Amino acid sequence: MTATVVTGIGVIAPTGLGTERHWANTVAGRGAIGRVTAFDPGGYSSRLAGEVTGFRAGDHLPGRLLPQTDGLTRLSLVAAEWALRDAAMDPPALPEYGIGVVTASTAGGFEFGQRELEKLWSKGPQHVSAYQSFAWFYAVNTGQISIRHGLRGPNGVLVTDQAGGLDAVAQARRRVRDGTAAMVCGALDGSPCPWGWVARLATGQVSRAEDAARAYLPFDADAAGYVPGDGGALLVLESAAGARARGVHSWYGEVAGYATTFDPPPGSARPPALRRAIEDALADAGLAATDIDVVFADGAGVPERDRAEAAALRAVFGPRGVPVTVPKTMTGRLGAGGSALDLATALLALRHGVIPPTVNVARPVPGYDLDLVTRTRRQPLTAALVVARGHGGFNSAMVLRGGHGDTDRD
Amino acid sequence: MKRRVVVTGIGVVAPGGTGAKQFWDLISTGRTATRRITFFDPSPFRSQIAAECDFDPAAEGLSPQQIRRTDRAAQLAVVSTREGLVDSGLDLERLDPARTGVTVGTAVGCTMGLEEEYVTVSDGGRHWLVSEEYAVRHLFNYLVPSSLAAEVAWVVGAEGPVSVVSTGCTSGLDAVGHAVELIAEGAADVMVAGATDAPISPITVACFDAIRATTARNDEPATASRPFDRTRDGFVLGEGAAMFVLEDLEHARRRGASVYAEVAGFATRANAYHMTGLRPDGIEMAEAIRVSMERARVVAADIDYVNAHGSGTVQNDRHETAAFKRVLREQAYRTPVSSIKSMIGHSLGAIGSLEIAACALAMRYGIVPPTANLHEADPECDLDYVPVVPRERRVDTVLTVGSGFGGFQSAMLLARPDRRIA
Amino acid sequence: MTTFTIDDLARLLRECAGEEELNLRDDALELPFAAMGYDSVAMLEIAGRLRADYGVTLDYGEILPAETPRRLLELVNTSMAGDR
Repeated sequence: MTATVVTGIGVIAPTGLGTERHWANTVAGRGAIGRVTAFDPGGYSSRLAGEVTGFRAGDHLPGRLLPQTDGLTRLSLVAAEWALRDAAMDPPALPEYGIGVVTASTAGGFEFGQRELEKLWSKGPQHVSAYQSFAWFYAVNTGQISIRHGLRGPNGVLVTDQAGGLDAVAQARRRVRDGTAAMVCGALDGSPCPWGWVARLATGQVSRAEDAARAYLPFDADAAGYVPGDGGALLVLESAAGARARGVHSWYGEVAGYATTFDPPPGSARPPALRRAIEDALADAGLAATDIDVVFADGAGVPERDRAEAAALRAVFGPRGVPVTVPKTMTGRLGAGGSALDLATALLALRHGVIPPTVNVARPVPGYDLDLVTRTRRQPLTAALVVARGHGGFNSAMVLRGGHGDTDRD
Repeated sequence: MKRRVVVTGIGVVAPGGTGAKQFWDLISTGRTATRRITFFDPSPFRSQIAAECDFDPAAEGLSPQQIRRTDRAAQLAVVSTREGLVDSGLDLERLDPARTGVTVGTAVGCTMGLEEEYVTVSDGGRHWLVSEEYAVRHLFNYLVPSSLAAEVAWVVGAEGPVSVVSTGCTSGLDAVGHAVELIAEGAADVMVAGATDAPISPITVACFDAIRATTARNDEPATASRPFDRTRDGFVLGEGAAMFVLEDLEHARRRGASVYAEVAGFATRANAYHMTGLRPDGIEMAEAIRVSMERARVVAADIDYVNAHGSGTVQNDRHETAAFKRVLREQAYRTPVSSIKSMIGHSLGAIGSLEIAACALAMRYGIVPPTANLHEADPECDLDYVPVVPRERRVDTVLTVGSGFGGFQSAMLLARPDRRIA
Repeated sequence: MTTFTIDDLARLLRECAGEEELNLRDDALELPFAAMGYDSVAMLEIAGRLRADYGVTLDYGEILPAETPRRLLELVNTSMAGDR
């Protein structure tokens, strides 16, 4: 079976508009968490977020799309365009039905939805926009990307909270394997509005720290929650053979392995299932734990969850058995966009031989026995594991193999 | 060689009754369950009709804490899951959790719960900066509808692949298609899959009012859903859930399970045309059908029944009629086609699974459910839509299709597992 | 609000359908909305806003994409005059 490779990446994240800016800021350890600006956070117990800044939709999208799109749909559309351009992919040049789209979402176009709910309840049903019929539901980003680029292949939408980015890319890989020429996949996610905010605060897992440098500390002795954020990444997937056939001979890397599991119910005596997801992903890639050069961890920032993740990593890789990093300490947790962004960052890490840092974590818990990368580290990297977990028990793991296609002799 | 996947258990909560038997009794006799909305006062709205389930979660065995923490959509999914599990005869104790997964389809997730909570935290829409203090602990589970899959997974004891598929109005087909794929590729041996939606809430009614997609025939609620009829004027919003036990065929045979049908083929395409509009030619739906038939190794003459999307909008019914003709050619005129939305309304993401249930039951009982309220067909809709009267007929192979906002077009073939495969 | 002006229409179209560089003077007043790229949802959105914000109810039949901005101005002003 020919490999499924990533030939294009489009990133819009708190750490930058576009892959280059995101990577430059990430390697430099420049965090982008700050006080929420999308609304006045003063009345809430948590006030920090990783926000996308400097993005003016009108600079990137036709005016006609603006009234009918939530902010995250706009980001999705632009990231898709950038990913396709990065892949040098011209959809009309591919076979009919040749390209599909799979995105993941946590809450859909939630800000758009809050505005419409407010109009409904403060003014009445006649004030609800016709666009509400499609601007907020979970499938909207897939739909709008498909329409804008004429992508009529098999489309999909998955919702598994933060694990969604990996699950969407895995679904895309299935499509490539059974003959679809290319897939646009991943997620841009976030709900930058008060209604989305209070829903996240209700979990009790959002950090209440005032200082951005002390708010989101995964695996740290002072871990006390996470910081939410917006953004993510979209990837273009195709078969290695298909890429070569259209004259593309270098790519970011291969989606080599994947697995997803679900934890036993709360209160069960059965063990959590993250370890099995990691082991099954390795098996799917045909790799051993020793073949993995870096792990991009889920990094919940909540002590019990950090402990569980550390235990799974220790069980698979041995104590301090592999470098582990959480670059989302610079962006916050971006829902399904977070795991998609981790994939993009991991591919860039493999390409450049650089492990980006976990910032602000000054006191990693010794008992976790992790080789936590707190300063940018340069070393050759051939394979990365990306881990993502969703609220309620979702665990996904994906193995990426680096390689620049025909420039490698393998 | 990919494994074959069969349906061994069905659970349903639908307008007209809780349980697969009540569902089948309604649709196989051509009765309708559409009525004036009772969940809230519909008089300020343009469309005042819905297909509501008479569903009491406490009466269906959900505990007070379950009821408190779950949106109605989750409750429908859990109750139908329980029925499906019993129906399948699976011994849950003997399931390998790692080889058991769940896929739940939904278009609008926890819409009712979200709207209800919104009204409180915003104090009736007065405040953009909604109240953190009044937010309930489980609000995040409403925000992110993967909680629907989690609730079902806890009932099943599944620790394999668990997810929500949310492709709008094709979610019910696509979730089952996804689960079938996971078994076929070997990622699981048993998948509990289906879909749920409980969208009958002011925001949903208002947004469909705004695009005039729903019927305004408020003086005739029982006959307002009129797919393919010349006088149709939009769909009736509905709610419901259908969940299935899907298994690898060998797994089912080994335990002597009773099999409803094999999911023999599935495909999805996109029209990439418009978020809500459809071109009249139905090309992409035809392509989805063609590919699903190819995968099932079925030709048009093999198909005994076509279960249509048949939402009852002017554009949809013409679009899919064109699609059927395009791919089935002359056979389109010889094959009964019907829409059960005429009886149970359009429950958005759930309906695709309810329609799969109807197809499986049609195969079991040899009856094609009719299209209710069809008295004078649209001249552009000239196929045999089984008007009003159910039809006895041996049904071995069924095609069911779906079409949804965002351009999604899906098709699925159900067939007898012991059929001769070309 | 006693009349619905070209500027009012321009603002409404911009909000409903996003046209930023709308120049409704000259020939654009005579062009069908469909020819200018306004789809059925945009027209429904415009109809909805006219009703909600201006109290003007136009049958969907009156606001089909075949209509022109000039015709829409006439319809709205006729309706508003009829309410006096």
